[in-house]
Amino acid sequence: MSILNSILALVIAAILNGTPLLFGTMGEILTEKSGNMNLGVEGMMYMGGAVGLAGAFYYGKAAGESAFGPAAVIIAILCAFIAGAFGALIFSFITISLRANQNVTGLALAIFGTGAGQFIGEFMRTKEGGFVAVSNEMKAAFQGSPFPKFLQDIPYVGQLLFQQNIFVYLGIILALAMAFFISRTRFGLNLRSVGESPATADAAGINITRYKYLATIIGGGISAIGGMVYIMTIAGCVWNHEGLSGEGWLAVALVIFCLWKPQNALWGSALFGALMILYLRLPLAIPNEIYKILPYFVTVIVLVVTSLRKKRENQPPASLGLAYFREDR
Amino acid sequence: MTASQTKASNRRKREPLFHLAKRTDINPKRAWMVRGISFLAAIVIGGLIFLIIGNNPFSAYGYIVSGALGKKVAIRQTVKFAIPLLGTALAIAPCFKMRFWNIGAEGQITAGAIGATFFALNYANTMPKPLLLLVMAVGGALCGGIWALIPAVFKAKWGTNETLFTLMMNYIVIGLVKYLQGGPWEGKPGSQIIPDFSQNAVLPKVFGVHCGWIIVLLLVIFIYVYMNYTKHGYEIAVIGDSVNTARYAGMDVALITMRTMFMSGAICGLVGFMVCSGANMTLYHSVADGVGFTAITVAWLAQLNPFAMMAISLLLAILDKGAGDLQTYMKVPTSIADIITGIFLFCMLASEFFINYRIIINHESSGEASK
Amino acid sequence: MENKEAAVSLRNISKSFGSIAANKNVSLDINRGEILSLLGENGSGKTTLMNMLAGIYYPDSGQIFVDGREVRIASPRDAYDCGIGMIHQHFKLVDVLTAAENVVLGLEGPLMLDMPKASAKIREICDRYDFSVHPDKKVYDMSVSEKQTLEIIKVLYRGADILILDEPTAVLTPQETNRLFNVLRQMKADGKSIVIITHKLHEVMAIADRVAVLRKGEYIGEMMVSETNPQEMTNMMVGHTVSLNIERPEPVDPQPRLTVSGLTVVSDEGVLKLDNVSFTAMGGEILGIAGISGSGQKELLESIAGLCPIKEGSIIFTPKDKPARELVGLTPTKIKDAGIAMAFVPEDRLGMGLVGGMGMTGNMMLRSWRLGKGVFVERKKPDELARKLKDELGVVTPDVDYPVRRLSGGNVQKVLVGREIATVPSVLMTAYAVRGLDINTSYTIYNLMTEQKQKGTAVIFVGEDLDVLLELCDRILVLCDGKVTGIVKAGEATKEEVGLMMTHIDSGKEAAE
Repeated sequence: MSILNSILALVIAAILNGTPLLFGTMGEILTEKSGNMNLGVEGMMYMGGAVGLAGAFYYGKAAGESAFGPAAVIIAILCAFIAGAFGALIFSFITISLRANQNVTGLALAIFGTGAGQFIGEFMRTKEGGFVAVSNEMKAAFQGSPFPKFLQDIPYVGQLLFQQNIFVYLGIILALAMAFFISRTRFGLNLRSVGESPATADAAGINITRYKYLATIIGGGISAIGGMVYIMTIAGCVWNHEGLSGEGWLAVALVIFCLWKPQNALWGSALFGALMILYLRLPLAIPNEIYKILPYFVTVIVLVVTSLRKKRENQPPASLGLAYFREDR
Repeated sequence: MTASQTKASNRRKREPLFHLAKRTDINPKRAWMVRGISFLAAIVIGGLIFLIIGNNPFSAYGYIVSGALGKKVAIRQTVKFAIPLLGTALAIAPCFKMRFWNIGAEGQITAGAIGATFFALNYANTMPKPLLLLVMAVGGALCGGIWALIPAVFKAKWGTNETLFTLMMNYIVIGLVKYLQGGPWEGKPGSQIIPDFSQNAVLPKVFGVHCGWIIVLLLVIFIYVYMNYTKHGYEIAVIGDSVNTARYAGMDVALITMRTMFMSGAICGLVGFMVCSGANMTLYHSVADGVGFTAITVAWLAQLNPFAMMAISLLLAILDKGAGDLQTYMKVPTSIADIITGIFLFCMLASEFFINYRIIINHESSGEASK
Repeated sequence: MENKEAAVSLRNISKSFGSIAANKNVSLDINRGEILSLLGENGSGKTTLMNMLAGIYYPDSGQIFVDGREVRIASPRDAYDCGIGMIHQHFKLVDVLTAAENVVLGLEGPLMLDMPKASAKIREICDRYDFSVHPDKKVYDMSVSEKQTLEIIKVLYRGADILILDEPTAVLTPQETNRLFNVLRQMKADGKSIVIITHKLHEVMAIADRVAVLRKGEYIGEMMVSETNPQEMTNMMVGHTVSLNIERPEPVDPQPRLTVSGLTVVSDEGVLKLDNVSFTAMGGEILGIAGISGSGQKELLESIAGLCPIKEGSIIFTPKDKPARELVGLTPTKIKDAGIAMAFVPEDRLGMGLVGGMGMTGNMMLRSWRLGKGVFVERKKPDELARKLKDELGVVTPDVDYPVRRLSGGNVQKVLVGREIATVPSVLMTAYAVRGLDINTSYTIYNLMTEQKQKGTAVIFVGEDLDVLLELCDRILVLCDGKVTGIVKAGEATKEEVGLMMTHIDSGKEAAE
């Protein structure tokens, strides 16, 4: 029984730790499907985390006693989304309209975004007298399960299926919706073609610029929600840049690991989440820090294996990282 | 048929407002003017940010400049910031010239620092200082080089995407340092800190700054000559233009890719050695501290010109050092430095567009006349 | 004010790229139920003009009328809205998608894709025109001809009634070409307007009703095909009567220089590119290589140059007074180190033969960069060579350091051929050396070839224009589908004979020496 219990605990912890990554990765998958490689995920997740926290905190402060948990969740999501979308908008403008190098611009966004997130986090702390905290009720809205008690109380099943925080469910819904969007809808098909071969998409009458902008901006917003989820769940509703640091890069790694498919991000994020906390649960002879590099290590292996096997479906979008200029000749 | 006609004629007014054409001739004077304007724009946007957070932008910039260049100590500090930035930008330049997107400088610096630290910790008492420093430098360069060589081998042999591979390599080696910090190289048990190097393993100072600045200046000349006057530099330039042409000319693309990456990583490793031996006097996991990424933007904005890299890395170092003082004087968190740096990078990246493209405004007149 | 009969009218269209005018004041009508051939040499602005109808480029000035109404075609979507569809020379297909997905790409419609319905409609089109393309087949699994068919289906699916085909036969076998022509005739019967961009006169004669000629971006004139003949069209295309009149001195003491036997090459994808190819190239003569494009010409030259892995066979090089040597297995560097001066003018000039971003000097170094003392690259001699070539061949460039990418096609080719000849080669291989060049530059190239031949070089000339091959070369080797279908004496062979060998594998074997 205890083995079952510890496995269950591990799975639950893996899902909890994987959820911020799930959002970060989904956003970047959407972005990369359009052929844009935005390496600024780390920055956007920082911005999302800080602005999302700020949104929830100032809402709680303004509403006082009447603060309503779910409203805070929605506000935090919106704030984070807008922050990330803003970062991605800068990236889009510079790379799509001004055709600058995507790698370099993405790195600049990572620098800017981590700075901005960190700045907002610290600025809020100093302004609010050294401590930014949300009420326990609100914390419960972010960290508790949205399901009724009796479902949560079902042994094992309830724990696994109904005791997660709201973002886990939102993330799963979003991932499935995105998988469906990309593979089954007209816009999804168009988006894929933009990332694979912009000249073809252009000739087919698809507005490349619009697709690239929208995918990158919405993708940035989704990635940023991941940062907010980290701050509001794992970090316990306080600004913690140490903890958040690296999540964005891990999300970029996860995109590769998932072979650019949102449905793979579902289990991929849980796996990465598990690798991140495995050292707490499964103390082997391997030192903790070596555990923590496992996600990157397996990503490298996935990258190498896919490049060796050359299976067409598993390759990065063919035009990933390249700017498109129609009158080029 | 008719439906499509109406649709088409509905669209007739939607003439694009402007279209773009690549400039065939680039006037250097105009290019520098555009860059100057974008620099000013960055200052203005940065100033707006100071205004928003309730500070006087003029005094804020004043503090930044005086904080970075006001005193001798400050200048030394600024130069210390610029050394790894410039060194790494120089290291990256050959890779980027070859269109090999090495974004693993962060990891290569760290790998170099590990190599140097290994000798610093184990041979500090058995070797004379100059020999020890030399061994540390070579060890650092080798480690950085090998760390860069791994993704290069995969790229050369199987076409593995180097951007993503080098990115991943960063975090693997940083994790390795965390492990060393808490494990085999830990000083006081439980401290998670590697002990400071003995004086034997510390780079000597020249004019108050560790002598890394001399090494970096030598590297500027080395890279300039290497890229412009050597056979290797020629090979790199040809590969960057067209891999097929390189093969046609009998160049071994795989070998050159690997060699160039090894060299790039080795220089990064040398930077890692300078940082831990000259600046930090120890090793910790954030030894690279984002320099590997910032340096990429430096190299790119300088259009891979070593001398322009000097100017840009110095500028960013001034921002970084100066913004640190804002905390003391204006109670603004130091992270403002990253924000301002980001804004500068955005503006400079954006400016290249106005240098390389011509915007042609379309005139509406012809469409109206035909009605 | 416009011709009401015309499906599309172009009026005074101009377009330039940088300082180069691609089209100057072109006016042209496209009629319904007619096949119009847009004829012109490479670089005459045919494709650019049609790209403006397809929404790929936007004209600098001028008007476009569809069914008498003025329209603005700012994007490919606008073009489709006008009923215009273009099949580009380089197919615009997404490799990882299926045929059906490629077809519905970019169409407006409900959010959800209804692939079964799309597939059904595709089958309907296939039945109607006798195409065979499976809707669920991925594009990366398709042959060139299948891809082209898919492109046509794509355009028909969108209900286009004005179809533009950019050199559609360049990649097709004769059988496939015939099939395509039948399809086009059927479409014409359906009342569609069809434009074929081409520079092949026999195709114009075979398929078109009317022909319009462009030269150097300008509209020259048009006529009904039934009322004209190839001679007249050629005159309009090139501006003045050309009888090629290439001088062909008799080879002096030809000696075997390069003996290729049983050469077999398989591509990375496992496709047989060269199948048991054997021939001998003589010093002091020009060996022409004919064949429809993609018959193995590229692989043949690249395997001789040491750039292409060889599965089987041998290539023996016999210098004037030294013992023979096997070249198979040698890299370009090793060939050079063995003292064999092999010059190679590849088809892709800027992508393979030259470094576009460098000036003439930098490009001269491509052959000499390994020389020079120590680690430094020798610059002085290449610089002198660049200046010499600039004067001798009349390369129009502001400076020997001006990037060759920005030079015109003819000047680019002069730089490339000039550099290769400057190596004093004993074997000179050229692929499509005059493609896209104006008449004068073409003659300069012919003369350079003949000059080399007279110096005793073994010249291998891969060409596409049979007239040129027949007048310039001494012997012609014909490739078809990777096999040698014959080697003929150029002075005795007829165009028809060679054309037949290019397309039929079995015939012409007897003609081989």
